[in-house]
Amino acid sequence: MKAHHLFAAAAVLAAAPIFVTAPARAADADTIVIGMTESQTGALNVDSVAQQRGIDMWRDEVNAAGGIKVGDKHYKVKFVVYDDQSVGGRVQQLYTRLINQDHAQFLFGPYSSGLTATAAVISEQYGRLMVITGGAEEKTLELGNKYLFQAITPAGSYLAGAVQVLASKNPHAKVAMVYSDDPFSKAVMAAAKDLAKKAGLDVVIDESYSPSTTDFGPIVNKIISSNADAFLGGGHYADGATLARQMYDQKANLKWVSLLVAPGDAKFASLGPAAFGVTTGSQWELAEKFTPQFGPTGAQFAKAFFDKYKIEADYHSASGYVGGLLLQHAIEQAGSIDTDKVAAKLNAMDVTTFYGKFKVATDPKHHGLQVAHKMVLAQWQRQNGKLVREVVWPDEAKSANLVYPINSTQ
Amino acid sequence: MLGFIASVIDGVLVGLVYGLAAMGITLIWGVMDVINLTHGTMIVAGMFALYLLTSAFGISPYVTLLPALAGGFVVGVALYWIAVHRMVGRPPLMSLLSTFSVNLVLIGVATGVWGTVLFNVEVSVPGLTLGRYTFPGVHIVAAVLAAVIAAGLYFFLRRTRLGKAVRAVANNREAAELVGVPTTQVLSVAFGFGVSLACVSGVLIGTLFPFTILTGDSYLLKSFIVTVLGGFGNPVGALIGGLALGVLEGAVTPFVPVSWTLVIEFVLFVLVLIAFPGGVFMRRSRAL
Repeated sequence: MKAHHLFAAAAVLAAAPIFVTAPARAADADTIVIGMTESQTGALNVDSVAQQRGIDMWRDEVNAAGGIKVGDKHYKVKFVVYDDQSVGGRVQQLYTRLINQDHAQFLFGPYSSGLTATAAVISEQYGRLMVITGGAEEKTLELGNKYLFQAITPAGSYLAGAVQVLASKNPHAKVAMVYSDDPFSKAVMAAAKDLAKKAGLDVVIDESYSPSTTDFGPIVNKIISSNADAFLGGGHYADGATLARQMYDQKANLKWVSLLVAPGDAKFASLGPAAFGVTTGSQWELAEKFTPQFGPTGAQFAKAFFDKYKIEADYHSASGYVGGLLLQHAIEQAGSIDTDKVAAKLNAMDVTTFYGKFKVATDPKHHGLQVAHKMVLAQWQRQNGKLVREVVWPDEAKSANLVYPINSTQ
Repeated sequence: MLGFIASVIDGVLVGLVYGLAAMGITLIWGVMDVINLTHGTMIVAGMFALYLLTSAFGISPYVTLLPALAGGFVVGVALYWIAVHRMVGRPPLMSLLSTFSVNLVLIGVATGVWGTVLFNVEVSVPGLTLGRYTFPGVHIVAAVLAAVIAAGLYFFLRRTRLGKAVRAVANNREAAELVGVPTTQVLSVAFGFGVSLACVSGVLIGTLFPFTILTGDSYLLKSFIVTVLGGFGNPVGALIGGLALGVLEGAVTPFVPVSWTLVIEFVLFVLVLIAFPGGVFMRRSRAL
């Protein structure tokens, strides 16, 4: 093929999306368009899909009930969702498209701190309100934004419970901190290190690893050499699970293991004995008993979720659902779908849902940062020979007593 | 000191598996100058064969090596005819794009079926201890099996008629054709063996670590480093390259922050490319 033929073919291919994309049109008068991306493919797929299930369930329930009540009218909710492939560059393109071509009136953030930071740049640039249900890192909310609202506990508090409980069990614990070299994990662990030092714990290792690490063998040997008896760290899904398995296989003899994110998924139990005793900070667990001011109770949410998807709800799904619930409440309270009026209601909101408390900072430097929601500490324990995740802290939410030390019972 | 020794031994054990994982990609490159970008996904295919067969039939994880070997070969031959055959002898970019596209399709379909959820295969083999350090039995078995399979490949290439035909095609395709070697069939067989090796290494890696559908990317990257260390198109060199990489990871980790390990690996990668453009070991024309 000659060069000009190649260029002609490339031009046709490049132009194809223009012709196959449906022409953009304004939303129907009685419809609210909400845009978001989902990581249907790529490394963030598991948690992102879980989050999306929660958001989808909220939409379906709202529409089945006739829509969101705005003054005398009811608005049906229409979603525009694209696959961001777990890639920041795609998020940037797609949120621009959601606003300019799909005319999304409100936005939900993507999953993960990194992707949320990228989406936030676009949403703020266009003045669209975005509810964040999967981005915990604080930095995104410390840039003087006006339309971001975080529904989940920020990264700095992820391991606060773990440090507090560990210090109460062993005030002189030697802690190894080994975590993924990504924005979320680094933010969580920097805060955890400060808390550990304040609690008088001895941090004997503080290192990050590449997210592409496949073998943690030498790292586990390093932990053993440091005489650490407690471990805090991990990152996301595969790396956290691999760390847990290798620490168990290599008999690291740790009395305490806290990992980020990975133990929050039901599949973590497939690690078998390596999962036993592992703790994790969780944004929501069914055992929590909040009395909601509006929306379902935790039990009602969990049952409806199971009935719809035939799987147990995890905290990512609950985060997604509650994001919709809060936005709906703000719109109904505002009696308008005007961005500024809805944002004003979210700024003033101080409420409790099945997911816990919601209140955001309103000072310009931290606007939208979640300040009321608290995480719980969950631990994988054995019940009738089966591994189950129990809430072990705080006392008012706990469903089982903490197992400590774990090395004597693994 | 004991910690350092333990890390180096751990590096040797995992390095042998890295070497086996890289053998497939280097065999294919050596024979037909094709960089197979489906290699990582084929490693994951081996992991899934392990998971599905052990969970469905309850058989020993190591027994699944045989179906993975055979299945990998069949898939490899099919892949050759679908995506590679027309690209052989053309600029390397063509086969690179072709296998890249097939890889995207495979990953997309597999993500649609399984998502990127975690899979773990529990394998119980007693380990060895050195002071406070433990070498899991599965690591020892995987290393031994990787060495045995590598020796088998060496024997196949050196002592069998088909292996000699593969080497002949690698050295000079036209000359091989002149003496009656059916080169197209040999190429498809070589591609089949390359994929087969990827699947088999996937089975062994699957016994060591949990995995997802996307795990293959990391091993593809490692395979490139191993290939550069061991010499392009040199399967035996790949085993030595894998060992070198494993030992390097083990020896460096006790002394530097772990985030530096990858940096050091890639610095070495670049240095080797500059100092030994054909790899540290023998040149490709004499490699197979």
